[in-house]
Amino acid sequence: MNADFRSHPVAALTTFAGWFLAVLWVSPLLYAVWTAFHPAAYGARFDLFMPLTLENFVRVWNAAPFARYFLNTFALVTVTLVCQFIVCTMAAYAFVCFPFRGSNVLFMLVLVQLMIMPEVLLVENYRTLSRIGLLDTIVGIAMPYLASAFGIFLFRQTFKSIPKELEEAARLEGANGLQVLVRVFVPIAKPTYIAYGLVTVSYHWNNFLWPLVVTNSVETRPITVGLQVFATIEQGVDWSLITAATLLSVAPLLVAFLLFQRQFVQSFMRAGIR
Amino acid sequence: MKASRNALYGGLLLLPAAVLLWTFTYQPIVTTFIDSLYSTPRGRRPAAFIGFDQYETMFADPVFWKAMLNNFIYAFATIPLSMAMALAMALLVNSKLRGQAAVRMAYFTPTILPMVAVANIWLFFYAPDYGLVDRVLQLFGLGGQNFLGQPDTALAALIVITIWKEAGFFMIFYLAALQQISPTLMEAASLEGASFWQTLRRVTIPLLMPTTLFISVNAVIGAFRLVDHIVVMTKGAPDNATTLLLFYIYQVGFGYWDTGYAAALTMVLLVILAVIALVQFGYVDKRIHYR
Amino acid sequence: MLPWKRATITAALAASTLALVGGGACAKTQVTFFYPVQVGGPLTQTIDGYVARFEEANPDIDVVPVYSGNYLDTTTKALTAAKSGTPPTIAVLLATDIFTLIDEDAVQPIDEFFKTAEDKKWVEGFMPAYLASAKVDGHLWAVPYQRSTAVLYWNKKAFAEAGLDPNKYPKTWDEMVAYGKAVTKKDASGRVTRWGVGIPGNVGSAQWLFGALAIQNGAKLMNDAGTETYLTDPKVVEALKFWVDLSKVHGVHPPGIQEWGTTPSDFLEERIAMVWTTTGNLSHLKANAKFEFGMAPYPGKVKPGSVLGGGNFYVFKKAPQAEKEAGFKFVKFMTSDPILADWCIKTGYVAPRDGAWEQPALKEYVAKVPEATVARDQIAISVPEISTHENSRTSKVLNDAIAAALTGTKTPEKALADAQAEIDRILKPYR
Repeated sequence: MNADFRSHPVAALTTFAGWFLAVLWVSPLLYAVWTAFHPAAYGARFDLFMPLTLENFVRVWNAAPFARYFLNTFALVTVTLVCQFIVCTMAAYAFVCFPFRGSNVLFMLVLVQLMIMPEVLLVENYRTLSRIGLLDTIVGIAMPYLASAFGIFLFRQTFKSIPKELEEAARLEGANGLQVLVRVFVPIAKPTYIAYGLVTVSYHWNNFLWPLVVTNSVETRPITVGLQVFATIEQGVDWSLITAATLLSVAPLLVAFLLFQRQFVQSFMRAGIR
Repeated sequence: MKASRNALYGGLLLLPAAVLLWTFTYQPIVTTFIDSLYSTPRGRRPAAFIGFDQYETMFADPVFWKAMLNNFIYAFATIPLSMAMALAMALLVNSKLRGQAAVRMAYFTPTILPMVAVANIWLFFYAPDYGLVDRVLQLFGLGGQNFLGQPDTALAALIVITIWKEAGFFMIFYLAALQQISPTLMEAASLEGASFWQTLRRVTIPLLMPTTLFISVNAVIGAFRLVDHIVVMTKGAPDNATTLLLFYIYQVGFGYWDTGYAAALTMVLLVILAVIALVQFGYVDKRIHYR
Repeated sequence: MLPWKRATITAALAASTLALVGGGACAKTQVTFFYPVQVGGPLTQTIDGYVARFEEANPDIDVVPVYSGNYLDTTTKALTAAKSGTPPTIAVLLATDIFTLIDEDAVQPIDEFFKTAEDKKWVEGFMPAYLASAKVDGHLWAVPYQRSTAVLYWNKKAFAEAGLDPNKYPKTWDEMVAYGKAVTKKDASGRVTRWGVGIPGNVGSAQWLFGALAIQNGAKLMNDAGTETYLTDPKVVEALKFWVDLSKVHGVHPPGIQEWGTTPSDFLEERIAMVWTTTGNLSHLKANAKFEFGMAPYPGKVKPGSVLGGGNFYVFKKAPQAEKEAGFKFVKFMTSDPILADWCIKTGYVAPRDGAWEQPALKEYVAKVPEATVARDQIAISVPEISTHENSRTSKVLNDAIAAALTGTKTPEKALADAQAEIDRILKPYR
């Protein structure tokens, strides 16, 4: 199809469409950059010759601990990702390799709540968390997400597709259950891990409602909640400050993505997900 | 012998997931159901058993029905449109486009910008008269639109934001899957004289089915849980035109402190989500070879 | 672990170390203080300064402010914390939340802490209009702190362009419409490029500003006990009809819902020549406006009138007694005349005590910024914001009704009648 696109007489149109969508998609970011570097008085107008300033960033940096928020989010995403991988891999492995009476029923139970995300149950989960004393902790934010039905489901599907012969060969070489999992199953399922990992990272990088409810302090607030607490509009929206805060808090990820996007996209694509 | 060994290992491996799922999903579902049969305890009045009164209240509550309707419109618009946009964007980036890397990067930006942050930016885009969208419309003589302040455009305005946010993310998965399709297959198709659309329909889309399923699960989850922009931008206004189910639950539970009623609403959302999961996997999974 | 718990332990550890080293220092009493403000805004620094001054004078008390975003989020946080058994000691929350806080059994009447004649004298120093919103069932539940009123800002340049006297603001509804018509500007294609007046009607602002429209027409929205609303009163209906007609009949107000958050920008971009918003916007507008503007009290139909807004200090019932006593001390400090005067100068909030306005610093400020007195002088003719039992629910119903009328999905009569019926259902158990 690649060739098809190129030789096609509508190649120019394709390029145009691609770029047109790209401009649309990137426009909020462009606006953020534009506004953040200009004085507040220009927040809502476009004038090519208006003065540039770094003052918004200075004010934001002095005003709220965005570095801390970033670290919190980073810790939250890491904890969630690592635990999800371990917990869901174990469960999926059990469903595939150690079926027992009733394990199918258990899997159905997992399936039923595939789309029931913990925030749907936030009233109850808040109570549970307060009972076990994990309110306002990063572990507490992550806790309800650690066992993910979606993760278990995905990993199980992938593990099931792995030929039995591979497992048996490893067993013949004397590998035990854990070794089979780590040496045979996990490497083959790498694409699934990457795809699921991307979903988790994006989910928790963006997650807002649940952390808003359970966090109280600067030490635990992730970026999303930090930004909301910062951008409170009691006295009207001050876009230059909000965009500066947004850029400051996403800058590390943005820069990392710009630097490593080739590697990221390529390794992701090589892996591919089925 | 093997059976008991399996039960032991299987049980042990499942234990962490089982405990966590029980604590944060099943047990709350059970308690939510029980709570929904009681009146809300107020500081001075304890909860009383009232049977299905909360559900009766709910079926008579116009805001509940409004939220249901809105949520279905929201789901039926955002799920297919964001998936279609994602596929189109992936196809564009997969073709030999000039400046491919930059375009790809642009499509991916919404994933990096948290919704709560961009919600305020979109607030500016949608501002009447001097907002970006309105300025563009003014060029065509269609200015003066108050997108978020009119009931007939407010929900659509939020749907656009959601599509913007989700399509860029889903694009990555489609792109990865497209790269896996063997070029010989495509060459064979074009040698047989298949047009671009025929190839797309007969070869590409069927081969992308597993990815489509993966994305659709995420899209459905998003359609019922992504309410961040409503919290920041509209709070369900005007006149509940943008109230979605989860936002309504949040409002009733943490704004009105009516936990009993919030529990009844939650039960409805739970049933909807469970039914979708069963249909999606009972029906679709049989037809797709999910490798 | 909750931050204040952690802080308590840290404080306790620090104190015991001190005791070991210095011999004789005793453990500090910890006061947790929920305060609704954007984290790190200029206000937090001011508050931190007051806290430091208070702690200096009271070395046995440790005040820990928790800055938690807007009022809504702060109330949510304070109530969830109280329900899970770890309430803050004191909090500044909306005056209108009083019934909710009482019904949830979360707060304690502040008059139970009054002991001396001096306490009595202190409480009598508050402006009666503000104290009224904190009295329920014969008790005083809270004391006023960061209070505001709604005011009108007008663009003097736009007035001059339209041939109006730039220094004359509208005093009646008719004048507001007339001036609005004069300043409304259209381009060649007939599209309006400048509107006459904007009244924010989004969730959270609508019920507040509607209270102003009602009192201007000589009507009240609710009774003092918070058990009744009067939405079907013909005068109330007329007030909503006026709001709707500003756009529909007179064409001086942008169609649909005017957004609170963008209203200052609308004014600064000269999209709207007169806006209804809070005294709290003054410094922001002063800093960014490229034209002359003024701040004025609201006009009236029967009589001019406005609504009070802002937050009061509440003491949480389930906090330990020693903490509550210390918290009360801090409240008295924060509402003392010199602090309130300073607060008023730094923020634009209205000091709710006459004594504060007698402070030399504030007098000096008023001489420089005469607008500050506009708000103060309006207080006497202002009413409290609508506040009932189940307040968040009833005010949501009223908000929806106003939105329905403003967007034309219901007539004002129908919208308010429906809302009244719904509110009657909600408030039935409280009557």
